[in-house]
Amino acid sequence: MGEPTTKIGGSTRRSEDKRFLTGQGRYTDDINMAGQTYACFVRSPHAHARINSIDTSMARDADGVLAVFTGEDLANDGIGGLPCGWQIHDVSGEPMAEPPHPLLAQGKARYVGDHVAVVIAETKQQARDAAELVDVDYDMLDAVISPAKALESGQPLVHDEVPDNRCYTWELGDSGAADEAFERAHHVTSLDLVNNRLIPNALEPRAAVASYSPGEDHYTLYTTSQNPHLARLLLSAFVLNLPEHKVRVVSPDVGGGFGSKIYPYAEEATLTWASKKIGRPIKWTAERVESFLSDAHGRDHVTRAEMALDTDGRFIGMRVDTKANLGAYLSTFASAVPTILYATLLAGQYTTPAIHARVTAVFTHTAPVDAYRGAGRPEATYVVERLVSQAARDMGLSQAEIRRRNFIPTDAFPYQTPVALNYDVGDYDATLTRAEELADVAGFEGRREEAQKRGKYRGIGYSTYIEACGLAPSNIAGALGARAGLYEAGEVRLHPTGKVTVFTGSHSHGQGHETTFAQIVSDRLGIPFDDVDVVHGDTDRSAFGMGTYGSRSLAVGGSAIVKAMDKIIDKSRRIAAHMLEAAEADIEYDDGTFRVAGTDKSLSMAEVAFSAYVPHNYPLEQLEPGLDESAFYDPTNFTYPAGSHICEVEVDPDTGRVEIVNFTAVDDFGNVINPMIVEGQVHGGLAQGIGQALLEGAVYDAESGQLITGTYMDYTMPRADDLPSFRVDTCNTPCTHNPLGVKGCGEAGAIGSPPAVIDAIIDALRPLGVTDLEMPATPLRVWQAIQDAQGRQVA
Amino acid sequence: MYAFGYHRPTTIDEAVTLLGQSEDASAIAGGQTLLQSLKQRLAQPGELVDLGAIKELSGIAVDGRTVVIGALTKHNEVALSSEVRKAVPALADLAGAIGDHQVRNVGTIGGSVANSDPAADYPAAVLGLGATVETNQRRIAADDFFIDLFETALEPGELIKAIHFPVPKRAAYVKFAQPASRYALAGVMVAETGDGVRLAVTGAGACAFRVPAMEQALAGDFSADAIKGVQVDADELNDDIHGTPAYRAHLVNVLARRAVEAAR
Repeated sequence: MGEPTTKIGGSTRRSEDKRFLTGQGRYTDDINMAGQTYACFVRSPHAHARINSIDTSMARDADGVLAVFTGEDLANDGIGGLPCGWQIHDVSGEPMAEPPHPLLAQGKARYVGDHVAVVIAETKQQARDAAELVDVDYDMLDAVISPAKALESGQPLVHDEVPDNRCYTWELGDSGAADEAFERAHHVTSLDLVNNRLIPNALEPRAAVASYSPGEDHYTLYTTSQNPHLARLLLSAFVLNLPEHKVRVVSPDVGGGFGSKIYPYAEEATLTWASKKIGRPIKWTAERVESFLSDAHGRDHVTRAEMALDTDGRFIGMRVDTKANLGAYLSTFASAVPTILYATLLAGQYTTPAIHARVTAVFTHTAPVDAYRGAGRPEATYVVERLVSQAARDMGLSQAEIRRRNFIPTDAFPYQTPVALNYDVGDYDATLTRAEELADVAGFEGRREEAQKRGKYRGIGYSTYIEACGLAPSNIAGALGARAGLYEAGEVRLHPTGKVTVFTGSHSHGQGHETTFAQIVSDRLGIPFDDVDVVHGDTDRSAFGMGTYGSRSLAVGGSAIVKAMDKIIDKSRRIAAHMLEAAEADIEYDDGTFRVAGTDKSLSMAEVAFSAYVPHNYPLEQLEPGLDESAFYDPTNFTYPAGSHICEVEVDPDTGRVEIVNFTAVDDFGNVINPMIVEGQVHGGLAQGIGQALLEGAVYDAESGQLITGTYMDYTMPRADDLPSFRVDTCNTPCTHNPLGVKGCGEAGAIGSPPAVIDAIIDALRPLGVTDLEMPATPLRVWQAIQDAQGRQVA
Repeated sequence: MYAFGYHRPTTIDEAVTLLGQSEDASAIAGGQTLLQSLKQRLAQPGELVDLGAIKELSGIAVDGRTVVIGALTKHNEVALSSEVRKAVPALADLAGAIGDHQVRNVGTIGGSVANSDPAADYPAAVLGLGATVETNQRRIAADDFFIDLFETALEPGELIKAIHFPVPKRAAYVKFAQPASRYALAGVMVAETGDGVRLAVTGAGACAFRVPAMEQALAGDFSADAIKGVQVDADELNDDIHGTPAYRAHLVNVLARRAVEAAR
């Protein structure tokens, strides 16, 4: 066994791991600048409070303190708030409510952890000590935490100008057609569902180092961002009113994002502004408690969902009514997550002809909620798959059978759903067949009986999910309210010696782009893998970028690199034709070699590159020297990864403890560049999806608005011993509309798995009368559900 | 963390003197609770007196009837001690299931017992096995030691030197971990000792407590069935997002039966 191929399709070992595993990674907190100072943010201890006054005098006088700033200082400098990147329109036709999102609170604090002031001092310790001396005079006000309750009249308002705390109500689909389907339905399956709030918990907390150079009137911001170019654009154009070309944003090694590092936050904007005010670089690194309180949270939906079925168990209509918690302020993509990224996925893998969704987005006194691994699609999958699994039980069909009766058949692609999306390709039956094989579904009843003998209840749950990735065709996104484009930029630079540097607007914070992208380049240009470097995360080095989220980097960012390579190959072919004294049409290109057709005359890519930079024998009258091409790629459609997850659990009825004994995931990711990295992404996604289903849940006290799960003592992160050894495979149908035929794999595990887990538990506990279960299915919840079901049976 | 003075005495007397010199001095053993509090600025000792260099506080001594464990002995030293495992396997098992390897390599038995965290494992062993807590001033019976939430019989200036565990005929500790912290949501130590059956619970109440009704039932019939119908009173038990009092009361019964079955 030698090393795997470094071309497309090879499980090349990750080149970036060498520095990560040897402690050579360079994270934002590793950046230190001459004269650096430290910031500490004063945060609201109250969920809702009027700020009568802020006395900063004691803090200013404390040892080492250079400055204390409040919202008033920012307002005096004309500093704006954080913008929302996506405008949703209300059913009334009016735009959504967009209350200001100041960097530092102005007049009111709206969640525990809201930024009230910042202290800057010579040392971290001094900044923190002085922060405790900032005297904020608060009037505590009543808070509202639940989105359903926040809509009721008489509840406290998060923003005085937003009645009923309602940001918008938004609809998708044909309500008349859906109602008509329910009228003639043979059976209706209904569920009330909660999609639990999650806290992202990237291993590396958010951090920033900002500096200002008066000589060049230039700002540099190092920050833990998944998309530094977007951060620069938003900070310069919308928040700080700075010339974009005078701001450099660098996002070096980043230790996990999961969505939470997409958005520009108050801290990095405040630091950038303050670095000029005090004339010194400023560093801030979040403490873990700050991460819990102030990183954008995920999910938090409450949904009433109904499925109408005909006598054969075919889905004829679906109605969904969702209340989505936005938290106290609109984070960057908050408005798009429960709408564009959610309701459009409600067709799932099925031919349901009539679907109507209504989404009400609500402000509450909690941390802002935004995209978190999956972003809207896990919420949609949870609704669809819980309904489908329940409908199967209601109709007396097997989980596989009800799905097969309703799958979009392979010959129906491209398939237009009733909720806006147009699926290009897929084979849902293939992934389900393979998953049932790999999960040994045939042997399940035997395993159930064996478990019963040990006093355990064993169950099996299915989820056949779809997602829309590769965000996104800019014109479609624009029509749906996006305030930015969603293309990606790539640049491929051949150096005179045949080595290559690739510049991408995508950002790697765990995904392994430095390996995957280098494999693509090595494959297409026939250049050794080790001769390719991938550069990302620096607005001064890559032309532009929309960053990494939504499983978009390979499908969109990778495609931009391919487009740039196409230009390289085209130009090289013309250079080779000149050097080989042949007609351009006679030059054949294969794996880095240009050959005159039918001869043994050839040139390597490296030889062409050398000639391009030393153009002595070169068509200078037709071609510029050099070999450096860039491209922007704007996708023509979303990509549609899909797959089948099958979960098998054992429940201890005495304690309510659930053990996942088997988990099978068979996914369709389109073409796969590096199977090992894909498998790793699936494992990580499954851990987070299983985490949501069994372990994780952010809990705020309903009265005080305090975050009860504010540390790892109470917020349960999935650990290795909570998870089984996964059974993972792929059944791939190449994407039809991007040059690599790829779909994306980063979120699939988190999207597909939660309903499979919950349904496995419900299946296990059917003999005890349990019919429903809320996430996370903690031992307490499972035990309680058993008690309640037993109580019902006795009564 | 706030700034603090740091001392590392080598004798108990020196430690006691240092602790007596300042109103806000705090002893630190393994620091597995205190360091978290310091980092979050929830505790603000002016002086920290590190007991780690006091050699006489560490070590395990086993004779036929008693296992004596020095206060500064680390959880993994207990868990991996072949002598402890031979004499009181339940104690080695308990120590081996505290936290994770990092915690077990730093955390100490004395620190755990002195802290009387309602969810710590060791208090169940001390109480369930009928141990004696030896301090620099006296010997305290387990039944007199745990007073309340984070409250013990220890007086100011009193330091635990060692815990004396009588070797039981048989015993077992079974815990059900709180999912996030992996502390005991409930944990039960049951032991058949020379002085009868003892059954102690941790995790469920303000501090470790015995369940006399179960002990009496087991005295007549040391079997899981004997306590099947014996429930602890839920009214006194802890209530949080991980467990209601009723759930904890139920778990105590389940774990007690499992412990009886596992006792060896």
